[in-house]
This record gives sequence, C-alpha cells and structure tokens, in this order.
Amino acid sequence: MRVNNYNDLKEWKKVCPRKADYKINVLVCNGTSCLSSDSEMLAKILEKEMLNRDLNGEIRIVKTGCFGFCGQGPIIKIEPDDVTYVQVKVEDIAEIVESHLVNRIVVSRLLYKEPNQTNVVEQSSGMNFYKKQMRIALRNCGEIDPENIEDYIVNNGYFALAKVLQEYTPDEVIKIVKESGLRGRGGGGFNTGLKWELTRKVPGREKYIVCNADEGDPGAFMDRSILEGDPHSVLEAMMIAGYAIGASQGLIYIRAEYGVATQRLYRAIKDAKEAGLIGENIFGTDFSFDINIKLGAGAFVCGEETALIRSMEGFRGEPNKKPPFPSVQGFRGKPTSVNNVETFANVPAIILNGSKWFSSIGTEKSKGTKVFALAGQIRNNGLVEVPMGTTFREIIYDIGGGHPGGKEIKAIQIGGPSGGVITKDFFDTKIDYESLLGMGAMMGSGGMIIMDEDSDMVKIAKFYLEFTQDESCGKCTPCRIGTKRMYEILENLVNMKGKPEDLDRLRILGENIKNTSLCGLGQTAPNPVLSTMKYFREEYEAYAYRTKKTTYSIDPKLCIGCTKCARNCPVDCIEGKVKEPHYIDETKCIACGACYEACPVHAIIKP
Amino acid sequence: MRNRILDTSTLDKELLKQLDAFIDSLEGDKQEHLIHVLHKAQDLFSYLPQNLQLYIARKLDLSGARVNGVVTFYSYFNEKPVGKYIISVCMGTACFVKGADKVLERVLELTGTNKNEMSSDGLFTVKDVRCIGACGLAPVMTVNDKVYGKVKPKDVDDIIRHYRSIQYESK
Repeated sequence: MRVNNYNDLKEWKKVCPRKADYKINVLVCNGTSCLSSDSEMLAKILEKEMLNRDLNGEIRIVKTGCFGFCGQGPIIKIEPDDVTYVQVKVEDIAEIVESHLVNRIVVSRLLYKEPNQTNVVEQSSGMNFYKKQMRIALRNCGEIDPENIEDYIVNNGYFALAKVLQEYTPDEVIKIVKESGLRGRGGGGFNTGLKWELTRKVPGREKYIVCNADEGDPGAFMDRSILEGDPHSVLEAMMIAGYAIGASQGLIYIRAEYGVATQRLYRAIKDAKEAGLIGENIFGTDFSFDINIKLGAGAFVCGEETALIRSMEGFRGEPNKKPPFPSVQGFRGKPTSVNNVETFANVPAIILNGSKWFSSIGTEKSKGTKVFALAGQIRNNGLVEVPMGTTFREIIYDIGGGHPGGKEIKAIQIGGPSGGVITKDFFDTKIDYESLLGMGAMMGSGGMIIMDEDSDMVKIAKFYLEFTQDESCGKCTPCRIGTKRMYEILENLVNMKGKPEDLDRLRILGENIKNTSLCGLGQTAPNPVLSTMKYFREEYEAYAYRTKKTTYSIDPKLCIGCTKCARNCPVDCIEGKVKEPHYIDETKCIACGACYEACPVHAIIKP
Repeated sequence: MRNRILDTSTLDKELLKQLDAFIDSLEGDKQEHLIHVLHKAQDLFSYLPQNLQLYIARKLDLSGARVNGVVTFYSYFNEKPVGKYIISVCMGTACFVKGADKVLERVLELTGTNKNEMSSDGLFTVKDVRCIGACGLAPVMTVNDKVYGKVKPKDVDDIIRHYRSIQYESK
C-alpha cells in the first residue's frame, strides 16, 4: 500500500486486519526478556498448532513487544478474554490450545497468583500489576505486532502526522506540545515544546532531529521496550518534530547492544518508506523527511547530547561546553533537537488527544505519565507506566508486589548513576521532577532499584562510582581524577582501611566535582555517594570507625542444628553438634554466604 | 603514523574485499561513518588489530591515531583476538544487587581466564558489560547472542559445559 494523501491512510486503515476480525488473538511477548526464555519457540509451536487444527482463520498469533511483566515471563495473553498466562513453557502450549483456545476453559494453573491472596484473578485488568497503571508511551507495547505496520495503523498510527501536516503550522505544533507540558523523559526534564521552539528559531535550512536511544542507566530499559514494541510511534513523532522545527533529516542514535530493537527499527523504517510515510512529499504536502540509524559502541557518556553528537560524527564521544547548545550548533554544526525515545513516544498521543488531555494528567509541573523500570529486590520486576504524582509506595507495594521474601524495603535507588536513594520515610512522596530533586535524587530515565535490609549502601554507592569513573571520558579533570579519588576512598572504607576523616573528604570532593565538571555525567556522578551518606551515615561510619561486622554469625535461638551450614562451609569454620545450635568461628569466616544460602530456617545473620 | 608501512599480509583478503565494498557503498561524508565502518570491520574480522585500523584510516583518509583513538574510546571494539564464544556478564545495578559478581567469578574460574582476555583454547572471552536492559531476569549473562537469565553461580557450570561439548561434537 502506498499513501499519497490523508485519504489513502484512512482507506488503508479500513482494510487493515484488526483484532475483531478474529475470534481469538493470542499475544505472545517477544521482548528481549521473554525471548531469552524462548518465547519465540512458543509462538512457532502455536502457529503450527493453528495450522494443524485448521484454526488460523479464526485465531491469530501475534508476536508483540513487551507487556512489562518481565519477571514472570514468558507471557502469553489471550484476547478478547483478557487472560494473561505467566511463565509459560513449551509443554504448556498443548493445554492452552486444547483447553482455552478450543474449549474456552481458562487454564487456571498458568494464571498469575497474587501474593497473600487465595483466589486468582482471571482478568488481566484486575491484576494489581496493571490496575494502577496508565499507558500512554507504552500504549501499543504488548498490544500490536511491532513488525507489522498495519497493526500500528489500525491503532491510529501515522494519523497524528497526517493531522499535523493537514491542519497545523509548525508554530501551532510547538504550541500544542508546549501547552501539554511534556518534559524530556531522558533525565533533565526540559520542556519538549520549548526545546523545539529554540531549534526552530535559529535561522538556517539544514536542521536535524535526533532520537537519543543510547539508554545507558543501569536498571532502565523502557526505551528499549518502546523501540522493540512500538518502533513506528517513535518514527512518527520524529517526523512531527521535524516538521515543527523545520528539519528534513532524522537520526536515531542507538546502543549497539540493543540488537532486537535495532532490527525492528530498520524494519519499521523500511516499511514506512515503502508506504510513502517516510520520504519525499509526505501525504502529498511539500514536507519531506528521511530517517537513518547511527549505532553507538558502548560508551555511557554518549547519552549526553553533545557527546552523542560527537559520536554520530565519527569521533570519540567527548562532550562539549554548553553554550552553544545543540539547538543552535549541533550535528554537523547545524541546529539540532535531541529528544529521548520515551519523550517521542508520547507525542503522537498528544497530537491526537490534545494538549488539554495530556496536561490534565499528572502534577502541577510534571504532566502526563512516566515509565519506571522496577528491578532489584521486588516481586514484580518489569516496566510500569503511571501518572506523575503516583507515590513510591503505590509503585513498589501495590504494583510491584513488595519484597519477594516479605522483607522490609529499605530504600529505592532512582535515576541510575546520576540519581540518589529514597528512604522509606519518603515512600509516600508524590513522584515528579521537582519532588525528586528536592530529595537529592533525580528522575533520570526512571530506573528504580529496590533494596532490602540486606543491601549495603556503601557498597552500592561504590558500585555506582566504579561505573561512572570507568565511563568518565577523561576530557575534564574534576570528573576524570575526582571520581577516581572518590572511588579509592570508598574502596579503602569497604576494605576496612578507612579513617573517620574520609567521610568529610568524600563529601567535599563530591561537591567540588558536582560544581566544576564539564557535562552532566560528572555533575551528577557524586550523587549516589552524597545521597547515601546523607540518609545512611551510620553505615559509612561503621566502615570509617572500623566497627563494621564483616563475617556471618548464627542466631542460636533460631538454629535447629540441622548441620547443613557446616556441611556447606568451604573453610570448615562452623561447629556444633547435631540438633544443637551451631556457631561460626569469625576469625576463619571468609563471608562467602554459603551457609546463608543453605540454612532452611534463616538463622544465619548476614554481616 | 602517516609514514608507517601498512602491512596487510595477516589480514584475510576476501574479508578485506568485503570491507572495501561496504566502505564504497557508504553515502556522503565517509569520515563521519568511521564508527559504522569499525562495526562492520569487527563483524567481519571479529576484532580490530592495529594493521586493520591503519588500513581503515588510509581508506577513509584519516590519521591512524584518530582511528585508534576512536577504537580505544568505545568498549564495544576489541583490539585483541576474542574467543569463539563471548561471555558477557551484566554488571548493571539490578544484576549487581542479585549477585552478578559471584556469577562472573565462577565464569572466570571455569574458563581459566581473566576479564577481557581470550581463554587459552580460543573458545571463550569473558567480559563484564554495562546493563543490557534485561533487568527483570537479573542476574543475566549472554553467550554471543543467547541470553541466560536468573543465573546462579552453579548454573554457570552447565552453561560452560554445554559450549565445550558443542565444540567437541563439531570436531
């Protein structure tokens, strides 16, 4: 199908296959997470079964993007019954086909079981994980086949672009996006419409739209999921942005590690080009746009926009001083607007539903929704999208299901290596850009790592510093040398070689690095240390004053004398008689944790 | 660097031809495509020895230092030979808090190598990598393109044994 004008698109939508054409749609998650547990094989077997039973006219197997419920993968969802099956294995397929697809009886053993509830919820929409979510950026993820452009068009895909080209001037587009209150989802939270306006105002005919898909914060994977699950929405938004700022070239800078996402992007670009949706004179207007992909090569600093631009030009990805901002002097020295994947994914929805709709969601200064990636010590690992202003407690307990072992959650690390920790005293805070900054953290890209009482905050901070000092590009001194020195102090502390005055040195050094570094990487690198020091000072002091316990011990009240720990100890430092409390010789313990893993009654106390 | 003699005798002629064809097919400013070219070269040759870097430099009319600077800046590029199977242990936060360091330790022990070095049998190169975004499966390791999730140190034994055995069978 080739689209030459708005009418063509409308006609095309009418003939695209839709879910209602089939009696049943079987959605099989083909996101990276589920693919690694062989979900592709599940889809293949299902397709074969449909052929064998001659059901492929009535039942469609759809390979979708991510459902967000990654910790329970592979996921299969049956529509219109709205039933989600979790942790599906190859050998479960026969039963799903026979029972559910043929006889319409739900296979209840494969449903998700909510913790602390006896009855299982049959409808996906009734699951706690989905109940409080609101999906705008992820609207098509887990709903459509990302490799099928018709699936996107049926869901009003490319209609936002058509509307923009038919009805709005570039200034009107900017006004809508500005009024919606959409802010950059990659970290800083700058108003997106304003960013476009700045780029539009710079004179010149050659301008660029760049999609920053160099998602680097450890623990964040929403951009990858959007690109894997709904690549066309990003392409469409890039063209809307291109029209708004007066660019005819778009570039997507994506991490080389994101293989599946890159392939799907290439496919989406090819399909959109063949349909005439990317190319010359789109919808018969004089607007032309082309999109290309640039691969990264494994450098965290390239998520910073000036470094990203250097990397796209074929150089070492070292950042430049701002100003000049990329909106004035960016790629090839021309005005460039760099926006993040999740930001783009919101744009078509804003155009179709209006700025008022979008700005009615969220808090006073942070509008719309935000996608968070939940990882660490939490029951429901995965991706969740909630309105701005949702509290941490709602996210980790209501949606995330709390700690998998029922332990207390001590803190949440948010914003990756640039962010900080949120302690349990703040779990009732409404999340938005401002409230996070006020707590010494930042939105970052929205990775949340949940930590329980066993997590050692000093070691977590050291982990982040190791990451940033390793990823520091080396251009400016405060970041290159400062983060290294901070890391050394932390290493000394953890190895019990620290001194009490180290704590002040860490703080002063951290503040200096924040104030004097060239780019965002250095300016935020000390955050994990400064924020953990603020809230968990006693843990730092235990190391600095060398009062930290470093070996395991046994609670004699809980120990049942089963001898499992002693048998598993690699250095034979556990003694005790059968059915009597055991004890650990702390001079010999190497803190390997083997006893902790082996103990059936949780009598081992961690250091 | 300009005057250094370019010795391509150790490089596979057929692969060089493919690389040439790729570079010739690029549109626009070829120097801008340096990273793209290096990706292609690494796909073909599995790593980027110095003479290959110099070859690319000459081809794109860049200095050898400029190319080497880019190669060493990005962790994705290898200057040393790599094993048939590249084992990447994710060291992202989610994996870290779930014990990825113990997984890495076990991998290194079983393959008998250090990080970023090839094992003596040429089978494995072990890397610790940045978050690969499969946090729901933490801890995660990959062997070439295959992702292994929720890996425990004791699972590593089976994984390594599996790759050793396919190697043995193919001989």
